[in-house]
Amino acid sequence: MNLLETKRLAAFYGDFQALYGVDVRLDEGETLAIIGANGAGKTTLLRTLCGMIPAREAQQVYFRGKPVGRLPAHELTAMGIAMIPEGRKLFPSLNVEENLLMGAYVRRPGPWTLETVYRMFPVLETFRARPATLLSGGQQQMVAIGRALMSNPAVLLCDEISLGLAPVIVKEVYKAIPAIRDQGVSLILVEQDIHQALAVSNRMICLCEGRVVLEGPADAYTQDQIANAYFGVKKP
Amino acid sequence: MMHWINIVVQGGLIGGLYALMAIGLSLSFGIMRLVNIAHGDLTVMSAFIALAIAAWLGAGSLLILPLAIVAMALLGYALQRVLLNRVLGTDLLPPLLVTFGLSIIIQNGLLEIFSADTRILPSGSLVTDSISVAGGLQVGVLPLLTFVVALGVFALLQALFSWTRLGRTFRAAADDPQTVKLMGVDNRHVYALAMGLAMAVTAIGGYFFVLSTTVGPAEGGARLIYAFEAVIIGGLGSLWGTLIGAMVLGIAQSLALQINPGWGILGGHLAFLLILMFRPQGLFPVAKHH
Repeated sequence: MNLLETKRLAAFYGDFQALYGVDVRLDEGETLAIIGANGAGKTTLLRTLCGMIPAREAQQVYFRGKPVGRLPAHELTAMGIAMIPEGRKLFPSLNVEENLLMGAYVRRPGPWTLETVYRMFPVLETFRARPATLLSGGQQQMVAIGRALMSNPAVLLCDEISLGLAPVIVKEVYKAIPAIRDQGVSLILVEQDIHQALAVSNRMICLCEGRVVLEGPADAYTQDQIANAYFGVKKP
Repeated sequence: MMHWINIVVQGGLIGGLYALMAIGLSLSFGIMRLVNIAHGDLTVMSAFIALAIAAWLGAGSLLILPLAIVAMALLGYALQRVLLNRVLGTDLLPPLLVTFGLSIIIQNGLLEIFSADTRILPSGSLVTDSISVAGGLQVGVLPLLTFVVALGVFALLQALFSWTRLGRTFRAAADDPQTVKLMGVDNRHVYALAMGLAMAVTAIGGYFFVLSTTVGPAEGGARLIYAFEAVIIGGLGSLWGTLIGAMVLGIAQSLALQINPGWGILGGHLAFLLILMFRPQGLFPVAKHH
């Protein structure tokens, strides 16, 4: 069943159009990678899905069969769409545990609690009373992931969770993805780092200049095909 | 020597009253970056609400303060939800203009309803009673009571911000009003709750204000300036800083008053200017880890 789906989704920043009729669907239990160069519209797509940018019409985004394109972010979070924003965006005056608890604001029941998040990222329990933004980049990303999970989402949108992290740290952060998926969470991973994202995904979509240029199983295309689509050289 | 200690103590106690009237301004700025020009007039209005309740229930009623708090809290919630949320954004100017207009409306509304007469809430001998402390120090019962109430209010606010879900949400919303929406927080509601809280505390300030001295509809401007000065001296965004700032203001005023009976208010302003010159971030600026 389609959990989340966009239909001819168009998004604008003022007069600038960032998405041109994008069709994306996410099935229950699936992990979808969205790749593309800078400015391809990946972040815009995620921000529309989580409600930070309203779609032109409600019927351009469906969640569990309901049109949600015009709903505000806080209502979508309560319905089960969580977002890990680009750059983590932790709350600097809150400590680690308080940041995690902010994620539980909507009080959705489910498997994710302080306890299960600490079990997945034990280092966070060690630093639970520290101001969140004093942690290392990788640990901060773990807080951001944990915070999003605390709302027990059905869909988790991850915006560039590898951004600015050392490769070894990226690997560590990505280790959490299978565990999250096993709890029944469907994921959308937006990445510029293609390999990492494709390795943990079932399906992929490549965006270029606000349009879907490549779509299929995560392992369906060769390096060249992806590179061409990524940079918009030619359609494969 | 005793004389000067006495003056400092009296000034510090007045600071308790100033702090109660300033903390609402500090809260609305700290949580939603709203510079509320109408804050002083809202303080005066809460004093008149206390007077109106007293006229209804009798001046000795213990219900005056609780009812005034509830009335101002509801008013604060509605004010933020209906009016102020619409003008909040990245630009600081629209809320300034709207609250400036609100200030004029409140002032003239009070003038229309209550006339220009200044009034005091009669409290029997509470205003004049005093107790002797060690070494011939005389402390007024009402200023002392006000100060103790202020301490209690600040302790409660501290507890709210540190240990409750609502307090955590206030702090998160102050940090990042966009990201907090992703947590499922409806900013409009949370901001309205913050303004409700700010006005509830302001009602306590207004009550003790009108208990201690006569209040007229035109006094909002002076209240606003004192509140601003207390908040800036203490350091923006610092809860206890606002209390200390208010005490500094009170002490400066009573010291200057000793030098010349006409210099009291001037002394407060001078202390404020000195702080601005030598420590513009205030005494207790809030450090944020970015």
